[in-house]
Amino acid sequence: MLAMIQKEFRELRRDRRTMAMIIVFPLIMLLIFGYAATFNVDSIPTAVLGPNAQQAADQGLTAQGADLFDIVIVDPSGTSSTAQDLLRDRKAQVAIATDSQPPTAYIDGSSIFAAQAATAALGQLGDQVTVEILYNPDLTTSWVLIPPLIGYILMFIGTVVASIGLVKERENGTLEQLAVMPLSPGSVIFGKVAPYFIIGAIDLAVLTILSMILFDIPFVGSAFLFAAGAGLFLLVVLGVGVLISTVSQNTGQAIQLAIFFLVPQILLSGMIFPLSAVSWAIRWLAYVFPLTYYTVISQGIVLRGAGFDSLWPQFLVLAVMAIVVFTAAVVRFRSDLTPHRSERADTDGVTE
Amino acid sequence: MTFGTDDVTVSFGEVTALEAITVELSAGEITAVVGADGAGKTTLMQVLAGLVDPESGSVSAPGADRLGYLPSGAGSWKNLTVAQNVAFVGAAYGLTGADLAIRADPILERAGLAHVTDRLAEQLSGGMRKKLGVVLALLHSPDLLILDEPTTGVDPVSRVELWRMISEAVVNGATAIMTTTYTDEAERAGSVVLLSEGHVLLSGTADDLIAAVPGNVGIVDSPTDRSMAWRVGPVFHEWFPDGSPDDVVPLESDLEDVCIVADLASQVAIEGGGQ
Repeated sequence: MLAMIQKEFRELRRDRRTMAMIIVFPLIMLLIFGYAATFNVDSIPTAVLGPNAQQAADQGLTAQGADLFDIVIVDPSGTSSTAQDLLRDRKAQVAIATDSQPPTAYIDGSSIFAAQAATAALGQLGDQVTVEILYNPDLTTSWVLIPPLIGYILMFIGTVVASIGLVKERENGTLEQLAVMPLSPGSVIFGKVAPYFIIGAIDLAVLTILSMILFDIPFVGSAFLFAAGAGLFLLVVLGVGVLISTVSQNTGQAIQLAIFFLVPQILLSGMIFPLSAVSWAIRWLAYVFPLTYYTVISQGIVLRGAGFDSLWPQFLVLAVMAIVVFTAAVVRFRSDLTPHRSERADTDGVTE
Repeated sequence: MTFGTDDVTVSFGEVTALEAITVELSAGEITAVVGADGAGKTTLMQVLAGLVDPESGSVSAPGADRLGYLPSGAGSWKNLTVAQNVAFVGAAYGLTGADLAIRADPILERAGLAHVTDRLAEQLSGGMRKKLGVVLALLHSPDLLILDEPTTGVDPVSRVELWRMISEAVVNGATAIMTTTYTDEAERAGSVVLLSEGHVLLSGTADDLIAAVPGNVGIVDSPTDRSMAWRVGPVFHEWFPDGSPDDVVPLESDLEDVCIVADLASQVAIEGGGQ
């Protein structure tokens, strides 16, 4: 048995990725869990609108929760309609319109923990303010959680499946053949990804429709815009999978790397824990992950009916991520397997 | 048209896999590369296929569309049927529909695979799968055929059929280079390259190589020097660098003896140089 233990230690010592998985990953998870796992919202972006906006901002309604409500917009010309637009476009999570008596505080129900904190704080004002929760009036958790959760499920499957795609070719000894055939690295990689993309898109459509039926989730935004955002997100996660595939020698390595990429996103994407409550020491990591942007897109379109004019930054980031990961995968594939392809002509060629 | 390598050196980290290798491949000829494990045979194939970048030297090979390559593995996609493998590789080389059928049907027939086109590649026997790999490499009538151990693990009958397929491609104008662990089949090649630890020990026709053996090889029951002898059946073959003694039956060497003697001579030279 001692010989067996010794042999395992020797193999482990040479398997750096497994060692990292055993030693570094728990530390990273502890840090992320420790800093990210909080439902306590300390600051809510708040807009104050209407003729008494400045007065309300200075000393009125929001003074009740001065520490909680972070006044980001004061617009004396704003109306109730403006307030609702600001929430829809995620420029504020609470918007107080003073064009009515008593003033109305509109709360974004798609930001569930902020909404709960705001409701509790404003409730202390009694009849001085009317509270109206938009987009998720009953603050139903499933409405908020399921749209990004579908993305996470597809990301998990898509990344893992794509990450073992090229590795399987390597393990089966056919990767060299692909590299020698007159197929560009881009063709090989996009050819690998296309079937997963099509199946993933169908999966996503089915899961979204099913969630609307089973959980009564409304879909108030543009289906086309949602499809575009979901498509970009799928491209990114499949691209990450292929990139993992190009740097892995076997299926085990690929799955290990995929886990490194996938697990932190459960906590660090705003899907479960509100990012605004997470310390910046960890929060910056969230902006590296595609699910963070898909969470904003899916909740925005499905629940609030947000349009491209407010979601374009998320679309832009996902598009840039897709370009970066696919370029990296193609470059990696080309440099790893086809050093001469760019040099050899289609006919006879001599390389130095 | 000749292909080959000129003074090619390949290193992987601190390990030199090939050192100053020059191999000239003649059109219409099969070149067999033989050598022990780790001699650099596969690396040489990968250099010619453009999969490994030489540190120095030059490689002359056709572009990807005129190259046929069979790696040391099975060389086919196990979860595709024979027909689907052929369709995929054909499409990659621009062969589809009737053009593909005209090209593929006779090769599949000759390979004995025409009756199993609906069978998954992983369900084929080892020999049939290798033949499928060669079919895929030959499909687009390449100018240069690079085959890495196409006959390893293949039964003798299938080996003969594989050789027939390769020979026909060469008769039709292709240039072929293949690695093999079987010296008897290397003797059938037009030229032979003997690699050892990344160096070319000998090259030429099999007859040239046999004629170039220094000293004599004799048959002995009990070797005079175990380090210079190797067992062949019930007896030993022993290399005598300075000629065999009178009581030893001299032997007409075959390529296997040549390979062993060349390796021994190389070791003797290295040891001699080190003293």
